[in-house]
Amino acid sequence: MTLSPIFDAPVSVLRRALDEKEISSIELTGLFLDRIEALDPGLNAFITVDRERTLAEARAADERIARNETKPLTGIPLAYKDVFCTEGMLTTCASKMLSNFVSPYDAHVVSLLKQAGAVNLGKTNMDECAMGSSSETSYYGPVNNPWEPGHVAGGSSGGSAAAVAARLAPIATGSDTGGSVRQPAAFCGITGIKPTYGLVSRYGMIAYASSLDQGGAFGASAEDCALLLSAMTGFDPRDSTSLDRPTENYAAAIEAPVSDAARPLAGLTIGIPKEFFPDEMGSEIRAAVEEALAQYRALGASLRDIDLPNARLAIPVCYVIAMAEASSNLSRFDGVRYGHRAAEYADLVDMYCKSRSEGFGAEVQRRILAGTFVLSHGYYDAYYLQAQKLRRLIAGDFQRAFAGCDLIAGPTSPVTAWVLGSMSDDPVQMYLADIYTTPVNLAGLPGLSHPCGFDAAGLPIGLQLIGNYFSEARLLTATHRFQQATDWHLRRPPVSAPAA
Amino acid sequence: MSRSDWEVVIGLEIHAQLSTSSKIFSGASTAFGAQPNVQACAEDIALPGVLPVLNRGAVERAIRFGLALGSRIAPKSVFERKNYFYPDLPAGYQVSQLELPVVQGGTITIRVGEGEGAYEKTIRLTRAHLEEDAGKSLHEDFHGMSGIDLNRAGMPLLEIVSEPDMRSSAEAAAYARAIHALVRWIDICDGNMQEGSFRCDANVSVRRKGAEAFGTRREIKNLNSFRFLQQAIDFEVAWQIETLEDGGRFEQSTVLFDPATGQTRMMRSKEDAHDYRYFPDPNLLPLMIEPEWIERVRATMPELPMAMKARFEREFGLSAQDAAALIASREMADYFSAVVAATGAEHAKLCANWMMGELAARLNRAGLEIDAAPVSGAQLAGLLLRIADGSISNAIARQVFEALWNGEGTDADEIIERLGLKQVTDSGAIEAMIEEVIAANPKSVEEFRGGKEKAFNALVGQVMKASRGKANPARVNELMRRRLGT
Repeated sequence: MTLSPIFDAPVSVLRRALDEKEISSIELTGLFLDRIEALDPGLNAFITVDRERTLAEARAADERIARNETKPLTGIPLAYKDVFCTEGMLTTCASKMLSNFVSPYDAHVVSLLKQAGAVNLGKTNMDECAMGSSSETSYYGPVNNPWEPGHVAGGSSGGSAAAVAARLAPIATGSDTGGSVRQPAAFCGITGIKPTYGLVSRYGMIAYASSLDQGGAFGASAEDCALLLSAMTGFDPRDSTSLDRPTENYAAAIEAPVSDAARPLAGLTIGIPKEFFPDEMGSEIRAAVEEALAQYRALGASLRDIDLPNARLAIPVCYVIAMAEASSNLSRFDGVRYGHRAAEYADLVDMYCKSRSEGFGAEVQRRILAGTFVLSHGYYDAYYLQAQKLRRLIAGDFQRAFAGCDLIAGPTSPVTAWVLGSMSDDPVQMYLADIYTTPVNLAGLPGLSHPCGFDAAGLPIGLQLIGNYFSEARLLTATHRFQQATDWHLRRPPVSAPAA
Repeated sequence: MSRSDWEVVIGLEIHAQLSTSSKIFSGASTAFGAQPNVQACAEDIALPGVLPVLNRGAVERAIRFGLALGSRIAPKSVFERKNYFYPDLPAGYQVSQLELPVVQGGTITIRVGEGEGAYEKTIRLTRAHLEEDAGKSLHEDFHGMSGIDLNRAGMPLLEIVSEPDMRSSAEAAAYARAIHALVRWIDICDGNMQEGSFRCDANVSVRRKGAEAFGTRREIKNLNSFRFLQQAIDFEVAWQIETLEDGGRFEQSTVLFDPATGQTRMMRSKEDAHDYRYFPDPNLLPLMIEPEWIERVRATMPELPMAMKARFEREFGLSAQDAAALIASREMADYFSAVVAATGAEHAKLCANWMMGELAARLNRAGLEIDAAPVSGAQLAGLLLRIADGSISNAIARQVFEALWNGEGTDADEIIERLGLKQVTDSGAIEAMIEEVIAANPKSVEEFRGGKEKAFNALVGQVMKASRGKANPARVNELMRRRLGT
């Protein structure tokens, strides 16, 4: 199916079309809703779509546009990962536990985007409780990769990534605890950014691991990500880890004039950690990433080798911390006040056991159990405390590295999208695939993944850029310059409607 | 072996609910007595995605407490999660402080007993930390189920932990009263024990006199009156000594006190204790208290009870006993200070006597606290000034006090004037009455002249009676002696 230009258009083009009344938000939104209806059965990117509600929001956006009360995202349809609470709408976290939970309030991100006039297309599929790297653990079934149905979309924000890649939504929100925005962006051939920890409020974003979770943005390009991220950030006094600093307009920042048009990245130093290019790395990924780095050099950036000696410890450290926090964060899902409660039980403990055993899938239960173990008396020092110490070492590595470079680059993932189910029996193997993304969360740094090629099977390969704290503008600008000179971000998957 | 061969060791954990208007981590109201669950917002219900925000008013109250006890206010303290499942604990964890509490160390001097045997003792504080309260389970029958009220969930608590420095139930009760008075004094807790704003847990053990090691302790939970505290400890101590003397043993455990039977009973043993899996709450940054904050709070601190007691003794020449009684509560001290301010320091002793005497007795009879006394400090001062300048006798003063108490006048002068109670000191008037009494009581006059001093008192009494108490007794005495020529 050939994409009609409207689906393929960057948000800035949609903005102009809306402002010049070439199309209304109702019409635009209706087109996307139709496309979701036609194509999502083959992708399973969405958990909840509410056409009437969405069109009502579009109608309200049209009224704002008519009154010239327009903000950059007014009337633009977008999708929310189902980890964000949306008032009056099912918010499931892809778990049976919350399959009946209608949130009475909006997440901070949702209210910001609502205020901006963005139109909510629906809630996207994900790994249950954001626990996974493939979006296969969802109570609502796995997400398919638009480039190759039968392959995973990545995770945990796989639904959002697949929706944007297949142009079921122009842009979408995600959340990233150990790579859950960047890795599915890489697997689906789109751009995704996880900002500095504390930049996007976590209020109303259902917690997996609170010290690592951070909301992020998906788009076809850095330009679209910049627009969305600008509207998502802002101090929120309801989140004690939210950072009180002025918001930035990333969309304007990436368009800053350059003195040398041929070498727009002149002066930028990109550090290449040798730890991110091990010998056993797949040759296709290595080739694609190295070619992209050569492109960065051609654009004026200088490359230099750096060391991140403790990065190799990131997987166990990140998983110990994430599971420990998760074991506590998920205790509130106890069947008492909301969510799934077992139909029959003998007493209180039986009610807890049955409700939680029925409500949570295997991976979530595994992580709760492991997290409970590492916090237990006698094990806390050896696991949780040790992990916290190593976390500081890993963060220290980055600070030393940034003394000599502006950004760090490498592959987003050591693998491309695998076949659905092929890793399900070996969770540790799947955890290990998060090797390049987890150090970034541990340090609280911003990271971005953008497409930089394909493997022989035609599956996308992503390049990760990591910046120092609050360098979102630099990350997006570098990517934008790269995308102005290349066309990886313009490639679209051959999605088609399933056979009737 | 007997009771006197044993030493009792007691440490107290007190939960004081802090008097903030909103909860410790949410904006919900802390007002008492609302319908179930109407004061539980999204945070208190632990909806998915909600986050805690620390109430700085609760921190300020913890700082006040630490300053009052000379404690270290930790420049950095950490909120941790105490994990366990219970229906009235919505998040499945309670946010508290374990490793790094906000208040560390400190001491409080308590006064134990009354009268001759009274003594002072200094009790050391281990720590005081901030935490949130849980909700309440209502085990009445709700269609065959239990009910949960989350109004109390998230109430701000200061848990005050003492060293095991107390050696009797009387010391424990005196300590609890002193902390209770202090938290009200510095205005961080309303101290309402019926409403659960101030609750005590007592850790009790016994050891043979001279032994160094502590005995096995049992913790008595949730004592909500000083009387129960003392009763529970007394029962527990007797039980422990009896058990040990009978060659028995017991495990470290938690017990409950039943006020109906006056007995403690086992709740759970150490083996049943949860593994709470404490870890720092990642939603709350470490609590940093900069010296400037502490100084700002210090500037708003009232004079503390022990300093005030020393000043009362020094400035007003009050006895330690009187001074201690006057600082028993902030209201008491405020009342006394108001009276003395109006009468002048030279009458402070008279003020103290009246407060501890007539006023205390009257309050006691009426079952009122001093802040509810119908006689204001200004009214009492007005009355005492009339005693001091000799306008009325003590006996008349009690009459005027009663009238003030019953609201039968605006101030002492008005009542004295209206009822004509002003003391008669005019010699002529008194002499006239003396003549009448002598004329009417020849027998008494005879007896007095015969050497019976008692008869003289009877004559004076007759004059006082004739004056309806208004004659100045000293003047009557003087003039009577002169008239009878002795």
